[in-house]
Amino acid sequence: MRLLNASGCLDAFAAPEVARGLDGFVTKTITPLPREGNAPPRIAETAHGMLNAIGLANPGRERFLADHLPRLRELGVPLWISVGGFCAQDYADTCAALDGVEAIELNLSCPNVDEAADSAAEIVAACRAATPLPLYAKLSAAHPDVAAVARAVAAAGADGLSLINTLRGMALDPRTLRPVLARGTGGLSGPTLKPVALAAVHACYAATQLPIVGMGGVMSGRDALDLVACGARLVALGTVLFADPDAPARVRDELARAAEELGVVQPDDMYAAAHSGEKTLEIRSKVVA
Amino acid sequence: MPRRERRSVVAAEPVGPYTFLRLDRGGLDPGTPGQFFMLEAPGRLLPRALSLCLAPAGELGFLIDPVGPGTEALCALEPGEAIHVFGPLGNGFRLDVERPLLVGGGIGIAPLPYLAEALRFPPAVLGFRSDAHAEAAVLLPGAEVAVEPTLVTELITPGHGVLACGPEPMLRAVGALCPGAQLAWEAPMACGYGACYGCAVEIGGVLKRLCVEGPVLSAGAERTRRDTAAVVERFDGEMSRLARGPVRERVL
Repeated sequence: MRLLNASGCLDAFAAPEVARGLDGFVTKTITPLPREGNAPPRIAETAHGMLNAIGLANPGRERFLADHLPRLRELGVPLWISVGGFCAQDYADTCAALDGVEAIELNLSCPNVDEAADSAAEIVAACRAATPLPLYAKLSAAHPDVAAVARAVAAAGADGLSLINTLRGMALDPRTLRPVLARGTGGLSGPTLKPVALAAVHACYAATQLPIVGMGGVMSGRDALDLVACGARLVALGTVLFADPDAPARVRDELARAAEELGVVQPDDMYAAAHSGEKTLEIRSKVVA
Repeated sequence: MPRRERRSVVAAEPVGPYTFLRLDRGGLDPGTPGQFFMLEAPGRLLPRALSLCLAPAGELGFLIDPVGPGTEALCALEPGEAIHVFGPLGNGFRLDVERPLLVGGGIGIAPLPYLAEALRFPPAVLGFRSDAHAEAAVLLPGAEVAVEPTLVTELITPGHGVLACGPEPMLRAVGALCPGAQLAWEAPMACGYGACYGCAVEIGGVLKRLCVEGPVLSAGAERTRRDTAAVVERFDGEMSRLARGPVRERVL
């Protein structure tokens, strides 16, 4: 099991030692043009999570390729480039300009910008034609049938899935009863998201068997193991990095201990373990029938 | 270098409506004045950003205004309890200042006692919204104190290198009056080390990430005199508004 950061949850230039503690660094989403992001306030703490409405602040494709990417390569950590845009061509143009990175993650699900008009499958198909690099489609669990979207992007040529992105939410200022965030809504992350992530990873593994980067509410090694059991090949740390920059090493230690407690040699031995009961259930139901 | 350690509470002492939280320093570097630490807030997901107020031998001291669930939890800590502390973070004040004058507003007094020590106790002016809040001036002996309706900007005399911390309207007013002043800003902050992009504030028309580019920034010298008058007037109006209710906890 390899450990990444969730896109937008770590700046490798500001904290290179944290990035080097991961098995791969995922960039903030790169869009064709530079974006300053949304007006502040951009974050709010909630009961068991947080909201963010950063709005894909990034230097834009040109500056990223010329300035940021060469410096990121110096980190010595495998790079995943998160790619965003507002139509399929935006995504495909950025994909075509990338090489020498481990994978591309297509951000098809940011809740803080207006959605791309093209469907997830159209975007994946355009990118597939533009690059031979591994393509991971980052999907939202806000879709009523995320497994159907997973099947569609798999058919369009995705090599893997990243699950899940934040879910749109709102927090009010207790004194004014107005939204805390300047944008009004933001993406909900943190421990409150974990059951949603488990369900989405479980459903999309069952639907596609594609490799999955599981994320959403991972605070501990045990949380990471739960995602592995649902079908995640890789696990990404998001909000926990804000509270604990030492989380990569801690989660890895806890993961090893959690696997040991379950009597397996390594966490990967529990890969898709949450699905193993389904056959039994099927057989039983046949017997009953 | 910033480090993250679990540190014990030595004491939590009331200072007017604020709490002075003293932590065992352990292996943490106190850093330069104006730098800050992320303190784990018991029961909350995110830590809270607090600038260092004083660095007694073997300790780190933080002045906390209990304005929300996180700061309330920090103020309620008992001696012997332990929390994770990460820091020092951000860029502090430059200390190569001629004729320094410290300017503080409300809980913005927090980094000034440590700064005063480093600058060998220069003159200071402090503004508070009530006599109760002004009790915190005890942390900066000799400071001149203004209590509303008098504003701290009325106590600033020309010819000083100003180092200021306080509410945003006060900082904008001080920056307009004293181009080149060093201003310590505040913004909601989830991580403190550049990861979350939450603490962006618009300064000089550009969004800046306070935790890595600040929290101390130089005031822009580009404002016109007419701008200055408008900004100072706005400070006056906004302070009246702030005085009507408690300021929201900044990481909420």
